[in-house]
Amino acid sequence: MDYNDKISDVVKMVPPSAIRRFFDLANEMKEVISLSIGEPDFVTPWSIREAGINSLVDGYTHYSPNAGYIESRKAICDYIEKRYKVKYAPNGEVLITVGGSEGLDLVARALINPGDEVIVVEPCFVAYKATVQFAHGVPVVCETKPENDFKLQPEELEAKITDKTKYIIMGYPSNPTGAIMTREDLEKIKDVLLRHPDIVVISDELYAELNYVDEDPCSLIQFEEIKDRVIMINGFSKSFAMTGWRLGYVLGEKSLIAAITKIHQYCIMCSPSMGQLAIIDASYNGLEYVKEMKDEYNHRRRVIIEGLKNAGLECFTPSGAFYAFPSIKGLGLTSEEFCEKFLREKHVAIVPGNAFGECGEGHVRISYAASMESINTAMERLAEFVKEIKEGKHNA
Amino acid sequence: MVDRMELLKLIKNNAKLSSKEIAVMLGTTEEDISNELKALSDEGIILGYTTQINWEKTEKESVIGMIEVKLSPMRNKGYDHIANLLCKYDKVTSCYLVSGDYDLMLIYEDDNLREVASFVSEKIAPLEGVLSTKSHFILKKYKIDGIVSERNDRDDRQTVIL
Repeated sequence: MDYNDKISDVVKMVPPSAIRRFFDLANEMKEVISLSIGEPDFVTPWSIREAGINSLVDGYTHYSPNAGYIESRKAICDYIEKRYKVKYAPNGEVLITVGGSEGLDLVARALINPGDEVIVVEPCFVAYKATVQFAHGVPVVCETKPENDFKLQPEELEAKITDKTKYIIMGYPSNPTGAIMTREDLEKIKDVLLRHPDIVVISDELYAELNYVDEDPCSLIQFEEIKDRVIMINGFSKSFAMTGWRLGYVLGEKSLIAAITKIHQYCIMCSPSMGQLAIIDASYNGLEYVKEMKDEYNHRRRVIIEGLKNAGLECFTPSGAFYAFPSIKGLGLTSEEFCEKFLREKHVAIVPGNAFGECGEGHVRISYAASMESINTAMERLAEFVKEIKEGKHNA
Repeated sequence: MVDRMELLKLIKNNAKLSSKEIAVMLGTTEEDISNELKALSDEGIILGYTTQINWEKTEKESVIGMIEVKLSPMRNKGYDHIANLLCKYDKVTSCYLVSGDYDLMLIYEDDNLREVASFVSEKIAPLEGVLSTKSHFILKKYKIDGIVSERNDRDDRQTVIL
């Protein structure tokens, strides 16, 4: 059977990844220092793992309710209230999903009619655009720029809004740039939303706890006048080092949560039960571990910033997540060429910026979810590499 | 301004860090860190810098005894007098006053079992105020001062994850 004729046009249209070739090369090479990993290097804190183990011992091996155990939903709502000072009802305003990614997909399928436009704030996590396309929507890119610290600019956002715009999707703290939006920044976005009362916002806040400037996370959900138009995608993967557990959640207005729960019910049934018990522990007792990990990331962040400075690469100061997104413009190489050469010659893997949208071209993503030892060695090699390029060895 | 607790936590885990490296990690100057480290030493908060060694992997043969000592406190001096006396032996590597069934916990390191036993019977037991002793010998060290001895540094994450 030749499936080329059978596979849907929309699936064929979505490219596997902008950097497939680089991807394969990096995975083939041995003894590589990898600063290209978008997940914590920490293992899930022990007490959370123990709660997961105990859930099995106690026999939590059945389906949970579609939306998740009520105790787990309550734990999530209590955590959100503690951290954001915003209340959500455990019964009706939260759905526990298989990671944040499922939430992105559910919302796209629940909201998009074919041809609807969705404004995607780039550079961004690779799934934003794809989930919109799979749902037959039209992604409209709103680029952010280093001169604005990769923050979403209200006037640039407003310029992209048409009468077909269904929703906006943005993720701060940002993968791949490490940018954050402060309350003042979000205030201006709120004003745009007030002028366009039909538009919904998906706010991906997976990295919310990893903000090195503000002690407490800030979010569009905190503006009462637009709260019902904000859908928060969140989860435990990044902040609590729980990527493999695949547990996230969506918070939003009741009728929206009911709609996405319908899709979730038919496609997934429910999120893994044992992990749902573990996130109760994470929600109530996990913040002290989050702080420990955050302090450690922050030390590494400063070492990376210093390393980039020494290497002579321009980089706006990243304030969140665990990424830096320096510019490599002016070195005569594309992002992919730079990363490939760096990998081949210095055995360090970092990710070409164009993987996260066209406006990421000219940048590279450096993850500091790696040991300090790896970071130090990688930064030394980066400085050597940039020096060699500048001396023309690579252009000869 | 250097956050003292953050600085202490950092060097507790890695005493080898240079002032320059610490300065970068904490976002301050090398001079500030050097001054703070000096102040911490002067105030007796930093007592020294040591290395955690897994002697079991070397040729060195040694025996570590954990010795419980029950005391009757001396008038005006409590337990301090005997504790200070026992601390004078270099082979006593730690000495704690503890609550519970006994009063002092000594960690004592020597070449062999016999040496430890004779230290207990000849040096500790005869002391005035010592009521009784009980010795335990360490068979295997699993975790020392926060460091697990059989370390697993394996990183099984994929090379690239977006």
